[in-house]
Amino acid sequence: MAKQILLIEDEPNIIEAISFILSRDGWDVATHANGETAMDAIARHAPDVLVLDVMLPGRSGYEILQDVRGRAETAHIPVLMLTARGQKKDRETADRLGVTRFMTKPFSNAEVLSALREITGAA
Amino acid sequence: MGFNLLIVVSLAYVVLLFLVAFWGDARARSGRGGWLRSPIVYTLSLSIYCTAWTFYGAVGYAARSGLEFVTIYLGPTLVMVGWWWVLRKLVRIGRAQRITSIADLISSRYGKSNLLGVIVTLLAVIGTTPYIALQLQSVVLSYDVFAGHSSVDGGESANPEATAFWIAVGLAAFTVLFGTRNLDANERHHGVVTAIALEAVVKLVALLAVGIFVVWGVGGGPGDIARTIEASPIAIWDIQTGRWVTMLFLAAAAFLTLPRMFQVLVVENVEENQLATASWAFPLYMFLMSLFVIPIAVVGLATLPEGSNPDLFVLTVPLHYERSGLAMLTFLGGFSSATSMVIVASIALSTMVSNHIVMPIWLSARSGGAAMSGDVRHVVLVARRVSIAGVLVLGWLYYRMSGGGEALAAIGLISFAGVSQVLPAMIGGLFWRGATRVGAALGLSIGFAIWAYALFLPSFGDAGIISAKVLAEGPFGVGWLRPQAFFNISGLDPVVHAIFWSMTFNILAFVIGSILSFPRPVERLQGAQFVNVFEHSGTAQGWTHGAAESEDLLVMAQRIMGAREAQELFQAETARQGREGYLPDTTPDFLRSLERELSGSVGAATAHAMVSQIVGRASVSVDDLMAVADETQQILEYSNQLETKSEELTRTMRQLSEANEKLTALSIQKDAFLSQISHELRTPMTSIRAFSEILKEGGMEDDQTRKYSSIIQDEAIRLTRLLDDLLDLSVLEAGQVTLNIQSGNLSDVIERAVSAAASGDGRGIEIKRSRAREDIGIETDTDRLAQVFINLIANARKYCDADAPVLKISVGGEGQMLEIDFVDNGSGIPKASQSMIFEKFSRLTDQQKAGGAGLGLAICREIMDKLGGSVTYLPGQGGAAFRVTLPR
Repeated sequence: MAKQILLIEDEPNIIEAISFILSRDGWDVATHANGETAMDAIARHAPDVLVLDVMLPGRSGYEILQDVRGRAETAHIPVLMLTARGQKKDRETADRLGVTRFMTKPFSNAEVLSALREITGAA
Repeated sequence: MGFNLLIVVSLAYVVLLFLVAFWGDARARSGRGGWLRSPIVYTLSLSIYCTAWTFYGAVGYAARSGLEFVTIYLGPTLVMVGWWWVLRKLVRIGRAQRITSIADLISSRYGKSNLLGVIVTLLAVIGTTPYIALQLQSVVLSYDVFAGHSSVDGGESANPEATAFWIAVGLAAFTVLFGTRNLDANERHHGVVTAIALEAVVKLVALLAVGIFVVWGVGGGPGDIARTIEASPIAIWDIQTGRWVTMLFLAAAAFLTLPRMFQVLVVENVEENQLATASWAFPLYMFLMSLFVIPIAVVGLATLPEGSNPDLFVLTVPLHYERSGLAMLTFLGGFSSATSMVIVASIALSTMVSNHIVMPIWLSARSGGAAMSGDVRHVVLVARRVSIAGVLVLGWLYYRMSGGGEALAAIGLISFAGVSQVLPAMIGGLFWRGATRVGAALGLSIGFAIWAYALFLPSFGDAGIISAKVLAEGPFGVGWLRPQAFFNISGLDPVVHAIFWSMTFNILAFVIGSILSFPRPVERLQGAQFVNVFEHSGTAQGWTHGAAESEDLLVMAQRIMGAREAQELFQAETARQGREGYLPDTTPDFLRSLERELSGSVGAATAHAMVSQIVGRASVSVDDLMAVADETQQILEYSNQLETKSEELTRTMRQLSEANEKLTALSIQKDAFLSQISHELRTPMTSIRAFSEILKEGGMEDDQTRKYSSIIQDEAIRLTRLLDDLLDLSVLEAGQVTLNIQSGNLSDVIERAVSAAASGDGRGIEIKRSRAREDIGIETDTDRLAQVFINLIANARKYCDADAPVLKISVGGEGQMLEIDFVDNGSGIPKASQSMIFEKFSRLTDQQKAGGAGLGLAICREIMDKLGGSVTYLPGQGGAAFRVTLPR
């Protein structure tokens, strides 16, 4: 059974690109574009892995990450964080909040795929 | 007419004077004393130059010495007319340096030397005491004349000593009451000056009345009197040049140096321009005073019995003709002359004695300098009052000692000669920067000593301090030291002799002493302030109480206390006065409290200097700077300085921490900005890279390839636009933009913007305009203006969420500014967001829809700022509404 992935991202073009790449690679991709309702979406989808943007309308990716790690039912979900804010501080914040992997945009498609495989333990 | 009636009349007159003085004080205190600034009042107050000596004595003088009496009037006239510029300088210095007396002037000029203050004070007291005695004597004599007349019809005989005593007591009471009301040296004695002015009128009217009576009542008119004069010895034109010159000099010098003259001339001067009027009005006053002197003298000599005292002709002629009403007026005139002189002289002397003798002794007696705080004012007050009493007691004692037998004029001349010793140090101090304390002290003491030895002491008579033997043979038989024949030059008039030698040695000692000695720094500073007073003190003058002054105070207070604190203080005071705003009336209470507030920051002396600079319109006087310097010498003030220093440090620390906060905020802002830019650049690049990689791998449908290619294209355009905007904004913000100002028509610019915006993305929008109203010529950078319009129209196209979007562009605005409003029919911008839409990267909706980086309005704001206008959000218009203003 294909692993389920939830992409939380608000840029339509980026959603389109990532969805395309991941679907082609065999993932079951769900997307959500709003920060405020992201936690509901996560609870609903119960994904195997989370791809999280930082700058989202409503709530930031950091806040969502904090909630994910703070709830027993979601604390175990591996999170790949993608951000266009390239400062050192951002990586540190993400690390502190318990991110599984942190990547800066723009990324290479191959890197995203291999990172996702790594953190989900898929071969 | 009974003696009792005389007593009643003079008491009534005294009560009137009290009331007038009281009224004058009250008017001045309540700020309604505008008329006190009248040059006429000032001129009249100068008339204390004409004492009982001139009132009664001039006629006696004329009867004895012919026309020589004129010199007494000519001297001051010469000063007033010819030395007007000296007086102006004196008055300016007096105001600028807040001089309290002539002793203070000399002391202050020569580096605040108290030694000089003491010398001048002693000189003034010794020189003035006989003069006060003279006034007492004249009043007593005039009483006696009345008493003598009335004794015929059984009136009681008067006891002259008792009369003199009670007059002295009454004068002391008046002077203490109105002369020591205020302590501040700067305060003027409005009540006293008012009373003096009234007395000046009384004495002039009295003398003129007697003169008119003599010419038209006794004599047969001017022609007749002229013939009588021709026939009398007075008309013999016998001018001894030396004596005339000496008399002129004495009268002129005395006018400048007499303590009482200095008091009214300089200390009581309210406005400098009073002097301009006085320079002609006072000579006129003296001319009128002297007009009938000779007729009265001639008629008196002709009609009164042989041996009548000519000093009393003014009184005895009317009495002789049984004109008791006129005699009473004359008596009051003489009484006025005497009392006004005594009052002002004792105020002047008491100020000197208390400031230069009593206070220094009191201060050194209680060496615990730190303890001197609240009770100083009380001590000064008591010192002044005791000094007034002391001066009058001295005068009374002198009157008793001298027995009242001297001819009036002689005492007057001796006094004049004494106080004129101050002249060299005074004039030298005003015009010669090289004059020093040592020179002044030497000149003053030597002149003073010669005067005392050659003129003053011999005046007590043969049986007095200087024996007839010394007078004839010199001290210890040294002939060339004979008091009235120095260097064996005998035959000179004693007054001429004393003046010549005392002035010669005085000036020599002053000049030589000044040249040979080295001035202390304080003397240098003071010397410069005095000599160059017109350069230092500017032109403004007068105590104006207005909003401008209040505003100046506020400006100054803001500088020292900080804007908010100062505004609060001023606002609180204004509210306390029952008004609104920041400009209270500058009441003394408020000035005091302001000074207190300011002194916390800059020290008491400086605060006082600053406030008085604005309120008093005087320059920051060296006196005040000196006070600051003196303060450092005192332990009390040392701690004060430390306090000031620590306050300064606190202030600096506060400024530093404020600066630090600002820097931190700036740094945070910069970080946020960089993050934003990074995000804005990386986001499109992410799409571009991802889709390029996908396309590169190939194997896709044509549609998909086309779709992805066009995404790449769009994102590339978006990136370019972002970079353009960023560059544009940074150029605008750095102020490096060069505007291309040209004439244009508003309608054309809007037209251009509408068609440019139509080609952009977004939905179509209907644009409503009123071309007629747009037809306005403008002078601006039309390209930049069009850029702003394009932005606003594009925003409306992008964000207007109405079903049938309409944008209304209307032109209006009154006056200097044009107003161009862009109002759409969408749901508008929420109130919470209105304040941030002009900030960089502030996009309210999601990014794709916006298609920009959120820099548009920030750029518009910068552009309009550069064009001298503005762009603002107009709330409450239904849809989103922006107003562009532009100078016409």
